[in-house]
Amino acid sequence: MLMRRALQAVAVTGLLAFAGTAVAQEKIKIGVSYPTPTHAWASGMNWHAEQAEKRLEALYPDVDLILVNSPDPGAQASALEDLVSVHAIDALVVLPFESEPLTDPVLNVKKSGAWITVVDRGLSQPGIEDLYVAGNNPELGKVSATYMKGRLKEGDNIVILRGIPTVIDNERFDAFMAEIEGSGINVLDDKHANWNRDDGFEVMQDFLSRFPDIDAVWAQDDDIAIGVVAALKQAGRDGDGMFVVGGAGMKEIIKGVMDGDELMPVDVLYPPAMIATAMDATVNALKSNGPVAGRYILGATLVTKENAENYYFPDSPF
Amino acid sequence: MTMMTASQEAATKKSRRFSADFKTLGPAVALLILCLVGFLLNPAFISEGNITNLLTRSAFIGIIAVGATFVITAGGIDLSVGSMAAAIAGVMIIVMDGLVDTLGTGVLTVLTGCGLAILLGIGAGWINGALTTKGKIEAFIVTLGTMGIYRSLVTYFADGGTLSLDFEIRGTYRPVYYEGFLGLPFPVWVFIAVAICGWLLLNRTAFGRYCTAIGSNEAVARYSAIKVDRIKTMTYIIQGLCVSFATIIYVPRLGSASATTGVLWELEAIAAVIIGGTVLKGGYGRIGGTILGALILTTIGNILNFTDMISNYLNGTMQGLIIIVAVLLQRSDWTFGKKKDA
Repeated sequence: MLMRRALQAVAVTGLLAFAGTAVAQEKIKIGVSYPTPTHAWASGMNWHAEQAEKRLEALYPDVDLILVNSPDPGAQASALEDLVSVHAIDALVVLPFESEPLTDPVLNVKKSGAWITVVDRGLSQPGIEDLYVAGNNPELGKVSATYMKGRLKEGDNIVILRGIPTVIDNERFDAFMAEIEGSGINVLDDKHANWNRDDGFEVMQDFLSRFPDIDAVWAQDDDIAIGVVAALKQAGRDGDGMFVVGGAGMKEIIKGVMDGDELMPVDVLYPPAMIATAMDATVNALKSNGPVAGRYILGATLVTKENAENYYFPDSPF
Repeated sequence: MTMMTASQEAATKKSRRFSADFKTLGPAVALLILCLVGFLLNPAFISEGNITNLLTRSAFIGIIAVGATFVITAGGIDLSVGSMAAAIAGVMIIVMDGLVDTLGTGVLTVLTGCGLAILLGIGAGWINGALTTKGKIEAFIVTLGTMGIYRSLVTYFADGGTLSLDFEIRGTYRPVYYEGFLGLPFPVWVFIAVAICGWLLLNRTAFGRYCTAIGSNEAVARYSAIKVDRIKTMTYIIQGLCVSFATIIYVPRLGSASATTGVLWELEAIAAVIIGGTVLKGGYGRIGGTILGALILTTIGNILNFTDMISNYLNGTMQGLIIIVAVLLQRSDWTFGKKKDA
């Protein structure tokens, strides 16, 4: 493996030596590395990365973006090595598969002198990245709770469907509970539905059998919400002002918000398009006279009928 | 001499019948206790709505587990069923969506999709069977391989995202999951039909006896002129067919398929089979027990959703404990019944 990579590097260096003078020399190379999309959100990210690549390369002819996706942390570490040795990148945009195993590989890229932008998942050692771009999980919980407080009154009942037991899920849940506290809204129970439609459907069916009076549902995620809506419709309890708040920004849900769906009147963003934000900012870091380094935390925007159009991408898979 | 053999045979028969009875009772007792616990936690557990939900939900795993009973009884194993269901669901959705222009959004399109699902199930089962028998690869490895293949195929078809059924077709197809007959939803009727056919096939036909014989001792079965390869391949085809039935009633539920569809169904199906009293090594199979096993598994999940006494993080612990206790109940070798016989 190592041997082959070394050979590749030699071959490429050789080629460059021959062709180097002919090619427009000072092309800025930016590597973009993220996990292979295996679920809807990630494939949305893939789509947005490809869009941003086309747009930025058209805008700046001297910028070359190299998109690489990897099926596991090990493969991503190798991909990072290749980006340095084969492509000699000037900057790296990376959404790490896992924080721990990719911290060292990213540090090595940093040592080659490249600019580092980390997206969504932080590294386990601070100070490596020049720029950090991420969504805001606690804010997602808080914005959802604020919306619920606006729609419900004291004594109303809600149920919560959570994601896969992880830090992300805890951050969203804790922030939601902190915001809802003292409002007089009863949280009947919360169960994990694993960011999955089937689990959302089954957990909601059971909530409906268990609690005769539910006024609203916080599903936290659009996939879960789709299952929840199917269960509500099956039980005929989708009327009477019942509503479901999801999250992420799936195109079908955004479309529903645009069309004035009463069951899912809003959505809270945790957009896969954040990879495009990171790519834009990285190009700016190399092009703009303004400083870019720092932390760029996206807001968890509440998508309503009024602003939904801005977040609707019908061609994206998500 | 012959007399003695006959009486010996009668004795073994008697003891086997006794232990078989106990094995029938084990899972049934476990299910009863579970239902009682559910009722005590929340009386809404036995509401008509919840029972209907429970039965309908059990149908997916239950139907697949009926097929798995044949495979396991004949000494095989099939790990690919969850991925197979996802892949079949994916292809069904793509084809039905593609047929909108030529066949419209009516019953004909849905029937074509279902027919295709059945063909795919039979084909996928045959591949597993042929690779195991003709290819002489262990079933565990063959189906581990096909599990990965089918799972990545559905991810590929969906471009990493979710495949969704055309809205109009969903309207036509929806009643298959949500409507019913005589108060029972259609998926439950399919489950019942598959269970009855499975029971007859395993207990009342030569094919069923061959499965048991092969599972007990493949070499002896071969010397007894049983066409071992053909019978074993047949069990995988039955499994594939069961997977397609489960998929046909799964697709109208949410009208979508993605890489997360059917994840871990293979383990749930195998667990249902073993809880029901079928022996993992093969040679002894019980369809009735498998049905109870599937019901037990679904009931556990249902009860956990009905209470907040147990931390969400411990759901897996409860499921594991109940599965082990249920199997303990029906492995009656250590009870007095057997000792008296000896």
